[in-house]
Amino acid sequence: MSLLWRGRGIPLAWLLLTRQPARLTIALAGIAFAGILMFMQLGFRDGLYDASVTIHKLFDADLVLISPRSVSSIGMAGFPRRRLVQVMADPGVAGTSPVHWNLLLWRNPQTHANRSILTLGFEPTDPLFTDPALRRQSLALSQLGRVLFDEQSRPEFGPIAKWFREGRIVETEVVGKRLRVAGLVSIGASFGADGNMLTSRETYLMLQPNTPAGSIELGLIRLKPDTNPEQVTARLKGMLPNDVRVMNKQEFIEFEKNYWRTSTAIGFIFTFGTAMGFVVGCVIVYQILYSDVSDHLPEYATLMAMGYRLTGLLAVVAREGFLLAILGFLPAWLAGEGLYILVRTGTKLPVYMDAQRLIVVFAMILLMCLGSAAMAMRKLADADPAEIF
Amino acid sequence: MASPSVAVVGLNHWFGSGANQRQVLVNVGLQIQPGEVVLLTGPSGCGKTTLLTLIGALRQVTAGSVRVLGEELKGSSRAQRQLLRRQIGMIFQGHNLLRCLTAEQNVQMGADLLPNLSYRVRRDQSRDWLRAVGLGDHLGKLPHDLSGGQKQRVAIARALAANPRLLLADEPTAALDSRTGREVVDLLKGLARDQGCAVLMVTHDPRILDVADRLLCMEDGQLTEANGPDAIQ
Repeated sequence: MSLLWRGRGIPLAWLLLTRQPARLTIALAGIAFAGILMFMQLGFRDGLYDASVTIHKLFDADLVLISPRSVSSIGMAGFPRRRLVQVMADPGVAGTSPVHWNLLLWRNPQTHANRSILTLGFEPTDPLFTDPALRRQSLALSQLGRVLFDEQSRPEFGPIAKWFREGRIVETEVVGKRLRVAGLVSIGASFGADGNMLTSRETYLMLQPNTPAGSIELGLIRLKPDTNPEQVTARLKGMLPNDVRVMNKQEFIEFEKNYWRTSTAIGFIFTFGTAMGFVVGCVIVYQILYSDVSDHLPEYATLMAMGYRLTGLLAVVAREGFLLAILGFLPAWLAGEGLYILVRTGTKLPVYMDAQRLIVVFAMILLMCLGSAAMAMRKLADADPAEIF
Repeated sequence: MASPSVAVVGLNHWFGSGANQRQVLVNVGLQIQPGEVVLLTGPSGCGKTTLLTLIGALRQVTAGSVRVLGEELKGSSRAQRQLLRRQIGMIFQGHNLLRCLTAEQNVQMGADLLPNLSYRVRRDQSRDWLRAVGLGDHLGKLPHDLSGGQKQRVAIARALAANPRLLLADEPTAALDSRTGREVVDLLKGLARDQGCAVLMVTHDPRILDVADRLLCMEDGQLTEANGPDAIQ
């Protein structure tokens, strides 16, 4: 029945914070800093995972076939194209599309420096993508030696988009073969691939003449409406030999994300960075609250002498922590949004603020502040009302 | 006659332990009736403040009996003492105001201890008390902006705002000039009388001895009853 809480009273925690503006400013700057650090680390991490599947998301496919030896988008292995023909035998399958997938060396037409570009080779008439504009543009690939260039590729590939828009004929070499840019598409770079390029199967085989006959890296499977994908998957798994893996589109996306999560240090690095932000924030908030309690120890002792309960005073410190969490989160959020824009323009990574990350970071800030408040509360035990006379 | 506000019998108190143990109170006994103003004098270090903290339920009583407002403090629990303290007003040598609160809010920290009163009532009472101590024009000022005498008067208003039945004061006039000191003591006596509460005041100030109903003198932990202002000269 703490009187500090029952009914309306003096908002002691609020006044303790706001009547010491210098200390409050430092505390909020510290919390905001920790929050920004966490936003950036988590943003980079999730942005990386999302960027790694921008291409995967574009495909118009219910199920996909890949080689069991494939590890990720930067390590796709081939499997026999015959498997897709076998798949057509299933009554639930409406159509299939074979796709070649590899990283090839693109020469910057301005600086003549070579750089790896993710290349997809497919039949231009195949309905490969869900985006109708992308499908229409694919038709421009039917001529040999033509490619569609991803305008969101990193600038190291050359001023392709600029030159193309200016109406120039943009030609360059990929693995030593001359190619012409037939159009621009918008896909987006990822950590694995700095840029993307789409081309026809024919052009792809011209660039990679050593590809084993009939070998592809990805098979897209479209199902008839009203068929159960799980049943078809089960049938296909039973029918196909184990030189291919059957998965649905979502599993294909998770397969790629999982590679970056588990097979690289990236997940660990960014999670560790987030933890560092958390620890730094804890130290700052603890310092602030501890010195705040120490400075006001005689006042707390006076309140105890007046008959206030220790628990009521502990609640004041807890409230201070709670207020700091809320007040510190807001600037961290704003700064986070701003920095995400910087990251998006600077790295072309799809780093966006989402509700889940807001909740995670707020929860961490709250934990940080309440935890520090709990630690600082131990100092309150030193408040001895007998010492104040 | 009503039961005494304070009844101390055979109180002994020690500080430290083992070889360093030092007795600060020796067989102290006293009684204070409701409405009585008792002054306690004596050289510094004689145990006056210790006696005050024991009666004020700020310290555990180890030997002897201390009954305050009908409650035995020997063997009392922390929670019992905390609840009892709500009925005891305390005025400290330093004003001990909360720096981050205005004069009005400081007084309301005292009034907030009263049960079952709305915020508005508690606030109005706080303002009334500040007006009663002559600070009606300084309600919204922070302690920082008040003079020493004004701060002490805020502290008195805070102690009185909790409607105490016993008032303990440790040299309330020490930091004040003689005129303000006089005002404060008169105020204390007048307001305490109106509330019918007992007052025990430690003081070195010979100028205010005349407000006392009774004068106690302490030396080396022992208490003697003085017969008048002359006794302590």
